[in-house]
Amino acid sequence: MTASETLVATGNRAHSHGPGSPVPLQARSERPTSYDVADFPVPNGREEEWRFTPVKALKALFADEPGTEIPKVDASGPDGVVIETVAADSLKVGRPQDRTAAVAWTHAAEAVAVRIPVEAELTEPVHVNVAGLGARGFSHLIVDAGRHSRAIVIIDHTGAGELGSNVEIVVGDGADLRVVSIQQGDHESIHLAQHDALVGRDAKLHHVVVTLGGKVVRVNTNVRYAGPGGDADLVGVYFAESGQHHEHRLFVDHEATHCKSNVLYKGALAGDNARSVWIGDVLIRAAAEGTDTFELNRNLVLTDGARADSVPNLEIETGEIEGAGHASATGRFDDEQLFYLQARGIPEDAARRLVVSGFFNDIIGKIGVPEVAEHLHEVIEEKLARTAELSTSAKAVIGQ
Amino acid sequence: MATLEIRDLHVSVDTENGPKEILRGVDLTIAGGQTHAIMGPNGSGKSTLAYSIAGHPKYNITSGTVTLDGEDVLDMAVDERARAGLFLAMQYPVEVPGVSVANFLRTAKTAIDGEAPKLRTWVKDVNTALADLEMDPEFAQRNVNEGFSGGEKKRHEIVQLELLNPKIAILDETDSGLDIDALKVVSTGVNRFAEQGDKGVLLITHYTRILRYIKPDFVHVFVDGRVAEEGGPELADELEANGYERFLKAAAK
Repeated sequence: MTASETLVATGNRAHSHGPGSPVPLQARSERPTSYDVADFPVPNGREEEWRFTPVKALKALFADEPGTEIPKVDASGPDGVVIETVAADSLKVGRPQDRTAAVAWTHAAEAVAVRIPVEAELTEPVHVNVAGLGARGFSHLIVDAGRHSRAIVIIDHTGAGELGSNVEIVVGDGADLRVVSIQQGDHESIHLAQHDALVGRDAKLHHVVVTLGGKVVRVNTNVRYAGPGGDADLVGVYFAESGQHHEHRLFVDHEATHCKSNVLYKGALAGDNARSVWIGDVLIRAAAEGTDTFELNRNLVLTDGARADSVPNLEIETGEIEGAGHASATGRFDDEQLFYLQARGIPEDAARRLVVSGFFNDIIGKIGVPEVAEHLHEVIEEKLARTAELSTSAKAVIGQ
Repeated sequence: MATLEIRDLHVSVDTENGPKEILRGVDLTIAGGQTHAIMGPNGSGKSTLAYSIAGHPKYNITSGTVTLDGEDVLDMAVDERARAGLFLAMQYPVEVPGVSVANFLRTAKTAIDGEAPKLRTWVKDVNTALADLEMDPEFAQRNVNEGFSGGEKKRHEIVQLELLNPKIAILDETDSGLDIDALKVVSTGVNRFAEQGDKGVLLITHYTRILRYIKPDFVHVFVDGRVAEEGGPELADELEANGYERFLKAAAK
């Protein structure tokens, strides 16, 4: 199934496609945000923003209570970067949009701020490691790139337990910031995150999400523009195995003129109950003339028993735009590709690896950080090796 | 010299109404140094024969044998058959997004030879093979068959034939959909392969046109899942003049 189209000035509001996607009850912009946990009832799983999520597993992160641990945050970077601890509400670019983000906002007493000074050009990436220690905790990060600065910030989420986190990103006017967020907690970990980015005038944000680990991972990314000429490149890669739920929700809110957004998320799924959810909301407000946006989600289902949901939504309130489009496709592993490669002498497992690495090839090229791309490549290989064991043992059962 | 022997081969496919027999006892021997043409009308089972020899999982071998130099081909996985020396040029080559032709060819060559080809000579070999098939060297950087025209896909199959250099090549309607210029280029490639002297070619075609450029030693007319008649090149001439009607009538009796 493939859906691809380009929409220009249809005047449609709440434009929606995809399996199981009713027209939202409200325009995306009208969904409430609040710093007060009490403004969000405990989700029951029927809400628009929770209907794909296994809410029963998330009780610990819905509770309006302090964490039972403080996750270990290590940050380091090259000369020029400033790393400090600040009050959680010192910036307020982030606006919690659901209960877990509000809980994390309230109970992470402090934020770690990574500041790239005005006009600084960092030669090496800044590394931030957020490690869960096995209990329930909250983290809050601020990445603040000064005007005309240039930097790469890698946030690596590892460890165990239940983590609620907020990440606030400010890209100063004319700055070029790349933020890479990796979710690779252990197989029982739960991580719910909200990222809010504010892209300055003529600034460029590369936001990269790599989700590999965890039992339930949900990353909600919101992008707004502080002035005209901003450009946001939002890239995501995920690979859900048996028992993993990987969910990514994006909301790009075009209010300034002549801004661009380009969303590309790709995921693979393998094993029983492997689950992925991708929701891509783009709103072009009436004032956002000259907007150019495209979003694309592709899913590759490698085995039976896995499920991918993909719902792009585009709301357009002005016709004076450069372009707006979306595409979404979810496909099964193509046995004809496998046959073709095997018919050239390539063994089955190597052929599978070749097809999957081909699927991810373009997006790995967009990560822009060789160490992350390499790591991702290795983890994908490990996951495929496990998938191959799965299919081999399945065949053994059939063969009996 | 290699010999591919097909004996009493019966093949069926699963349909909604149960298994359907497509090949009903095929006997064929292709020895090195020989070019065989299999001709037949649509639905006669020509492509089924090709895919069954290559090991496509859709086809169930219900009885019969296929051996290559005495080795049981039907007992081999698809990739083992290729490594044993069989090559199938496909009628509909498959796109593999994100995998470059260069990577694909090198991976296949490494698998076939059991060792990676020497880098310096390999790049030259690839470029020569592409040039021989009148393909731009930039094809090496493109994704496998992605966005290729029908003719480019077929040329790419013959590039693989030349680089992998199997013992026996099965060409499944490599000529269909080609214009006359592309047909000549592809035929020249097949002839180059065959002229090595010890190679076997099984050329499956619906039309006689390609037989003006590739001269078969033997022609087999395929009707209703088996070989209806065999002969030399003169049989192709008869088909060119009279079509398949005589054989279809005979089969209907």
